[in-house]
Amino acid sequence: MAEIKIINVQKQFGKVLANRDINLTIHDREFMVLLGPSGCGKTTLLRGIAGLDPIDSGSIYIGDTDVTDLPPRKRRIAMVFQSYAVFPHLTIFENIAFGLRMQRVANQDVKKRVEAAAELLQITDLLKRFPAQVSGGQRQRVAVARALAAESEVLLMDEPLSNLDALLRLEMRAELKRLLKEVKSTVVYVTHDQIEALSLGDRIAVMKNGSILQCDTPLRVYDHPANEFIGSFIGNPPMNFLRGTVQMDGSRVNVQAGGASIQPPSSMESILKQKISSGVRLGIRAENIEVVSKAQKDAMTGKVLVVEPLGSHNLLTVMVGDQRVKVNAHADSLFQPGQAIWLRSASEKIRWLDVESGMALAE
Amino acid sequence: MKRRSSFSRTLGRVLTYALAILIALWILVPIYLIGVSAFGEKLSAYTYPRPFWPAPFTIETMAFFLKSGGVIKSVQSSVIVALITLVLSTLIGAPAGYAIARFIFSGRDAFRLIVVSTRSFPIVILSIPLAVFFIEWGMYDSVYSLALMHTALALPFTILVTSSVFASIPRDLEEAAQTLGCSQFQAFLRISLPLALPGLAAATLFTFVLSWNEVFAAVILTVRNRTLPALVLTVLDESQLPYRFAGGFFMMVPSLIFMLFIRRYLLNLWGRVTK
Repeated sequence: MAEIKIINVQKQFGKVLANRDINLTIHDREFMVLLGPSGCGKTTLLRGIAGLDPIDSGSIYIGDTDVTDLPPRKRRIAMVFQSYAVFPHLTIFENIAFGLRMQRVANQDVKKRVEAAAELLQITDLLKRFPAQVSGGQRQRVAVARALAAESEVLLMDEPLSNLDALLRLEMRAELKRLLKEVKSTVVYVTHDQIEALSLGDRIAVMKNGSILQCDTPLRVYDHPANEFIGSFIGNPPMNFLRGTVQMDGSRVNVQAGGASIQPPSSMESILKQKISSGVRLGIRAENIEVVSKAQKDAMTGKVLVVEPLGSHNLLTVMVGDQRVKVNAHADSLFQPGQAIWLRSASEKIRWLDVESGMALAE
Repeated sequence: MKRRSSFSRTLGRVLTYALAILIALWILVPIYLIGVSAFGEKLSAYTYPRPFWPAPFTIETMAFFLKSGGVIKSVQSSVIVALITLVLSTLIGAPAGYAIARFIFSGRDAFRLIVVSTRSFPIVILSIPLAVFFIEWGMYDSVYSLALMHTALALPFTILVTSSVFASIPRDLEEAAQTLGCSQFQAFLRISLPLALPGLAAATLFTFVLSWNEVFAAVILTVRNRTLPALVLTVLDESQLPYRFAGGFFMMVPSLIFMLFIRRYLLNLWGRVTK
């Protein structure tokens, strides 16, 4: 069992609060991604879990052990560093064996486990070489193999793919996912790449300014961002946000946005009723917008600004009043800049947010 | 236009090489002449122009120099002083260098500055009061007290070089070792130290040469236990020209050999990165 419990963790660097009162429970064998822009405190939190930087206050449990004051070597963790941190003076074999040697594992077991880890990462024929004699991508594999060979209960990864070129990163991402399914460790994975987070994580903890804003499954984080920041940080293109006014239409609530009259789902009605004076923000993903060719009651009126053919689809930038909206249209659609179009979205695909705080309104 | 720029580039390169050759000759010619005179016949030292090659080649002059009074003993003294200096300055200087490279502590920059500023005192000014103290403490005229002095002279260099050596080793490596089961000290022993070893070796070799060549403090702080430079300076002043050349050559050789070894690290020290 290696559940990680992070309780009220706080860490300050000079005047900067890198982690402010963080609480997070990572389940046994869960793949948790810490996602956020640079400087959000995700690496600080990871290093806090590793014990490389002592935390200022709060406590961290791994399994049932309070590891808050334990040095890294007593925390039953392994870590993959952004720079790989492969030891240049040791062969690849000895690099992978390093943790096992420190645990005084018997020689033949070391050999067995190193070879198994090398096999897993397909670097068996590199074992006799030195790190300077292999490529960056291979060094990255060595770093992962070294962490896996230790068979620790917790595997920490600090942006392990960010130093690889785009193609290699894509390949390694899928491979990491395959590998880590087989490994029985709890994984904490730090990245600033939202696609990596979506593709790898069981859950994603989105961080900003030292706090966790939302922690949920990738689909939930993508479909139901807790606030405007998350909606625009995750997903490509970012979520569209539009102003809306709330009206009463007889006994029903009605939202006016971009010239459309939208009927919100009945579950939202009572909350939206309170927003009649302040208005509401609508969050809509580009792929949830349908382009219709003629005016409809529930369709927003817009004018095409830019058409970007992306192969799989065409990305449209549409002006709805003075607001820009990104829309995914079919690859074979023929839109011209300046053309008037109408945009529709199913009301259950629309997220409703508070105008002032940018927080999602609870259903 | 293109031709002109390629011409000026060639000219620039020729001038650079010419200057480099000139500087090299400035240093190499005296060394060569010393060598020629040290291995030539005694009389050849007085001839002009000097023969280009020591003909007939003889080690007679060298042998005579080595056998003359006190030379062997002073070589012993020199080696002892240099070795003690090397050990002491490494033991004291390397941890200090490591601390500067790895830890951020208040007063770090001030410490670095103070370390360097100790070199701004002229050795002579340091040596005379020190001689007085050594006499008072009964340590005067001993290779050990001279080694202490040389350690003090070598330390700034040792500290700065080792700190740059350790700073060039990524901290990540030690951290990775810590996550793999090492304590901080074990991580240093197993990762940083082996990686720093070539650089540390260079620093110690340089310390050795520094002590081997040092003459001011040696002359003031020793009387009977002269080191080789001190002996050469005081005794050979009164001896014949060929023996002076022999002495000079004998002094020079170890330094040249050491410089050959540590050249790479010295260049690194001045900010040039060599792979």
